[in-house]
Amino acid sequence: MQPVLKVQALSKSFQSRAGIFKRKHIAVLRDISFAVGPGETLAVIGETGSGKSTLAKLLAGADAADCGQILLDGKTIEDNGVRKNQCRHIRMIFQDPTRSLNPGLTIGDMLDDCLKYNTDLTSSQRDKKIKLTLSRVGLLGEHYQYYPHMFSGGQLQRVALARALILDPKVVVLDEALSSLDPSVRAQTVNLLLKLQKDSGLSFILITHHLSLVKHMSDQLLVLSRGKIVEYGNTAAIFAKPQSKVTQRLLNV
Amino acid sequence: MAKFSLFSEESNRSPLSRLWRKFKSNHPALVALWVFIALTLLAMTAPFIAPYGINQQHSDALLLPPSWHDLGDVRFILGTDDLGRDVLSRLMNGATFTFGLSIIAALITTLVGVFLGTLAGVSHGFRSSALNHLLDITLSIPSLLLAIIIIAILGPGLLNTVWAIIFALLPQYVHSIRNLVVDELNKDYISAFRLDGASQWQLLTRGVLPNIYEHIVVIFTMALSTAILDIAALGFLKLGAQPPTTEWGAILAENLGLIYLAPWTVGLPGVLLFIAVLSTNLVGDGLRQVLKERKAD
Repeated sequence: MQPVLKVQALSKSFQSRAGIFKRKHIAVLRDISFAVGPGETLAVIGETGSGKSTLAKLLAGADAADCGQILLDGKTIEDNGVRKNQCRHIRMIFQDPTRSLNPGLTIGDMLDDCLKYNTDLTSSQRDKKIKLTLSRVGLLGEHYQYYPHMFSGGQLQRVALARALILDPKVVVLDEALSSLDPSVRAQTVNLLLKLQKDSGLSFILITHHLSLVKHMSDQLLVLSRGKIVEYGNTAAIFAKPQSKVTQRLLNV
Repeated sequence: MAKFSLFSEESNRSPLSRLWRKFKSNHPALVALWVFIALTLLAMTAPFIAPYGINQQHSDALLLPPSWHDLGDVRFILGTDDLGRDVLSRLMNGATFTFGLSIIAALITTLVGVFLGTLAGVSHGFRSSALNHLLDITLSIPSLLLAIIIIAILGPGLLNTVWAIIFALLPQYVHSIRNLVVDELNKDYISAFRLDGASQWQLLTRGVLPNIYEHIVVIFTMALSTAILDIAALGFLKLGAQPPTTEWGAILAENLGLIYLAPWTVGLPGVLLFIAVLSTNLVGDGLRQVLKERKAD
């Protein structure tokens, strides 16, 4: 089966000033390659500073890579740091939904903007689509008129999910999106995500440090350490028999 | 999905109406707002509702005290000055000059300041630091002194005062707006909005502006109180409005020699200035406090 998302030799480094004229390059990601099939979930784990969040940003298009390619459905969408189309097929859900939603706009306006910038739908079509998406993530059509401050944390994460899903993406990147939720709400959200995945064949890239979540949700596992892949393969296999020291430490065996 | 409303409309409030609800419970600020509105209306209508013309002289009624005094005359409620001019009419018209012109100056400053501040906020690298350091230098000069310097170049006069005040207020304004814009642009929801496909213009108008316009109003009130004081101070120093213009500061300066003989001609414009600045500051302060409270909950 052809993978939905394929990443080839992705690298990213940041510059920092080391002296007046000297600049230091810090490589955050080195030579990252992986592939995700339709309806699959890839989990990315690693220590703090291992480049997990940078990877999420690169995939979503919030930041440009130095070199390497990102392929979606076999077509190159990013080549050596040049992004081709708008990022509507890979959507990202941020870590903290209270900060990733504009406090000055209603939920409906925000979703409407999303559609307006990316599709040619008429205003009544957009309305219908927003209502549909809200009900897909377990919210009501009435929430259209609500401002972000009126929601609880779990509901806000659903709004963030609605924002990601409204453009019918193929891949959703969850950057620690579930860790700020309390356990029961997290369980609800996970079930919702799995249901959506089963219904529409979404692929998830789950960036997290929750091992139980990784075990429960993911098909493949990628372990990052200092910007490099130290282990990549079937989740169950890695959990059963971690090869590298880093993975063993992370998995606590 | 079933058609039913789970949530009452009461809790469904926009950030703006939440702001107003909190503001209403702050009574000093609310009273100040009414005074502010009254002064604004007075500034707009004074020439039409004043009982006498500003230069109309009554030779039979020189230096009359206010009407509640034994020697007062009910025709001149707040008395007359040494030329027999009605103090009430002059003070009412003064609102147009001192208060009205200050509002216009502050409004123009807001327009230019928001434009330049946003430009400074979105620029990077050399352009941004050049603009900022230039503004920092001008910030170190007090606004009144800066206005006096500009008056020295342009020459005295009421219109020049307005220009001088606009230029003097601008650095601070641009600085504040720039900080607001930069703060807002670094927030997560802006990068999320950018990922939605929003252009730079949409980022500013839909992302940043709805979240800072209340702060702009606060900065506006601060600029307004400075503008009122500066216009009056320049009028008092005979650099701004020239007599017989009825600017409050100019009236004060004109009648300063009468302070023992006819204290009402000096005291009343002073009281009005005080009320104007106090009400503006109270509104701005109340607004700022309410914004802070809203952020907290």
